[in-house]
Amino acid sequence: MSAFLAWLADLPPLVQVPIIILAFVALVAAILFFVEIAPRKGTVYTVIRLAVCVAAPLLILVAAGSYWWAIAAAAVLGGIFFIVDFRSRSGAGYLFQLFGFLAPAILLLIVGLVIPTIQTTVQAFMNSRGTEFIGFDNFVWVFTQPEAIRTVLNTIVWVLITPLVSTMAGLAYAVFIDKSRGEKYFKIMVFMPMAISFVGASIIWRFIYTARPADQNQIGLLNQVVVWLGGTPVDFLSVAPWNTVFLIVVLIWVQTGFAMVVLSAAIKGVPAEQLEAAELDGTNAWQKFTNVTVPGIRSALVVVLTTISIASLKVFDIVRTMTAGANDTSVIANEMYTQFKNFEQGRSAAFAVILFLLVLPIVVYNARQIQKQREIR
Amino acid sequence: MSAILPVKLPIDKTTKNQLRRGKRRQEFVAAKRTKKRLTSRGATAAALVIAVLWTVPTFGLFVSSFRPAQEVRSTGWWTIFSNWGLTLDNYSEVLQAGNSQLNLAGAFINSLAITLPATLLPLIIASLAAYAFAWINFRGKNVLFIAVFALQIVPLQMALVPLLQFFSRGEIFGFPVVSAISDAGGYSQVWIAHTMFALPLAIYLLHNFVSEIPADVIEAARVDGAGHGQIFFRIVLPLTMPAIASFAIFQFLWVWNDLLVALIFADGAVAPMTKLLAEITGSRGQDWHLLTAGAFISILVPLIVFFSLQRYFVRGLLAGSTKG
Repeated sequence: MSAFLAWLADLPPLVQVPIIILAFVALVAAILFFVEIAPRKGTVYTVIRLAVCVAAPLLILVAAGSYWWAIAAAAVLGGIFFIVDFRSRSGAGYLFQLFGFLAPAILLLIVGLVIPTIQTTVQAFMNSRGTEFIGFDNFVWVFTQPEAIRTVLNTIVWVLITPLVSTMAGLAYAVFIDKSRGEKYFKIMVFMPMAISFVGASIIWRFIYTARPADQNQIGLLNQVVVWLGGTPVDFLSVAPWNTVFLIVVLIWVQTGFAMVVLSAAIKGVPAEQLEAAELDGTNAWQKFTNVTVPGIRSALVVVLTTISIASLKVFDIVRTMTAGANDTSVIANEMYTQFKNFEQGRSAAFAVILFLLVLPIVVYNARQIQKQREIR
Repeated sequence: MSAILPVKLPIDKTTKNQLRRGKRRQEFVAAKRTKKRLTSRGATAAALVIAVLWTVPTFGLFVSSFRPAQEVRSTGWWTIFSNWGLTLDNYSEVLQAGNSQLNLAGAFINSLAITLPATLLPLIIASLAAYAFAWINFRGKNVLFIAVFALQIVPLQMALVPLLQFFSRGEIFGFPVVSAISDAGGYSQVWIAHTMFALPLAIYLLHNFVSEIPADVIEAARVDGAGHGQIFFRIVLPLTMPAIASFAIFQFLWVWNDLLVALIFADGAVAPMTKLLAEITGSRGQDWHLLTAGAFISILVPLIVFFSLQRYFVRGLLAGSTKG
């Protein structure tokens, strides 16, 4: 496979695309073909199954350039799998099909997410080169260094402000434009930032925040507004602690559209009868909103709040592009990358673990919810 | 993480129906405009203010990218009528800008070459797995599915560094398993990394759609002698195509806009535009005529995708919250 990938890498970039896609589609077609004929009865099909069971893991490892003992072990495991499959209670070929569908995804998930997560967790308790166990020293370092504490605090500020403000702005906007003329175009205007990359958004907002000396023309819009109002230009991105707030504005700008679209759909789903009943009871618009609409969209609100919370916990691109963490603006995800670049693997891993622990409560909540739903079904 | 992940939280049944109802109504909103308007004049004005506030930043970038370098440096873009001048020089200059290994034009090609396979590969693998989770019964299915679901909230940061080491050494827990992938160079590392990271969400969302296919259809095919391979290819795949398409848009935008994975896995000559732009922002942060043009090139493709497929985009976003 390395030889194939190396050959591929030498081709012009846009030629590589169709080749890799075709190679991959051929692979999937082969899987589907063998899965299709697997459950058929007869000696021929049994032999084909045996051949595939032994040959597939063997060939994959040969292609990956593995060691002869690993290749041999894979072939033996394939053989064992064939026997298990042959004696399966659901009929021969049943496990074979299941494996054909699930194996690619599960294998990639284990190699790409499960094992690395375990390794990072271990790494967090090791020294910078990953050679020695040092207990909680990395975490102690994080929670004693003023700069590192600042990073954690900043992340908390991000999580407190962003979901609330963007959800409220999105909700207000969704209510304002509900059933108004040109609703579709109103939506597009606020929703558009979602398609823009964080890097692009960061450049857009850095341009807004640029400062020029007071005796020159301002080229940043915000400073021009300050000057129009009679103030002196401020370098918004270098004045701690407010610079973090100016970075948060960028994420709010991006996420409000998301909140608005989901909440707008939820608002339109509130039964008209309830609204009419409230009207008959003589409520005004505000009472109707707080007593009928908001309870009606409660669960959509929770969805939006949690999703944006996760996004703000993991925020990286904005901080990286706008300040690279200078002037006390760093956040956990950015510091994790910085430490990695400084060859401080242990500390980098410690930051990753802290991030994971902050996200974890939401994971548990989600897993519970999905389990409940599956039980209902 | 990108901003455009669809909602992935499960919600209760009433809300699900409610959101679905709202989505449907939303699409007919134009027809129903005759209904009495609930919004007041003040609300419309407030909406207008927000809309303008949200659009002005992008508009300013767009205008500035066409102004001569001298003008961009000395005057604000809102004075364009008193300091008139339009040019395409910024674009031709920024396409040549970059570092010793790569210019922005090359990075644009790289972005395309990274994004297209990194969109298709995870979708195909995920739809295979989604089919198994939906239509093949096996012991431990629920536990495995919840495990996959839970994986989607493991932050990328947890996986990046060990995965990079795996690519460069081919070792798992210190045992050599495969030959190093990074020796091959090229895009393979980024493709594989994006594919791995996309799988949990892709499997979860596609499973919701695949499992909603009526059981009768699958059963009928089975009676007619189709095996799982044929059922998947000839029934499930065509029927879930709309869902696959709307997720493909997200994955495309996600990969195109990604910076973190690119910083770790795409070095030197294979870097995508986001990475090079972030670099230029650091090294030439005051050359606004270049930055504005460069940023506009990088957001052009997502904006085209967004405006042409806007309906699917919104539908896909809501799919995440309405399917449970």
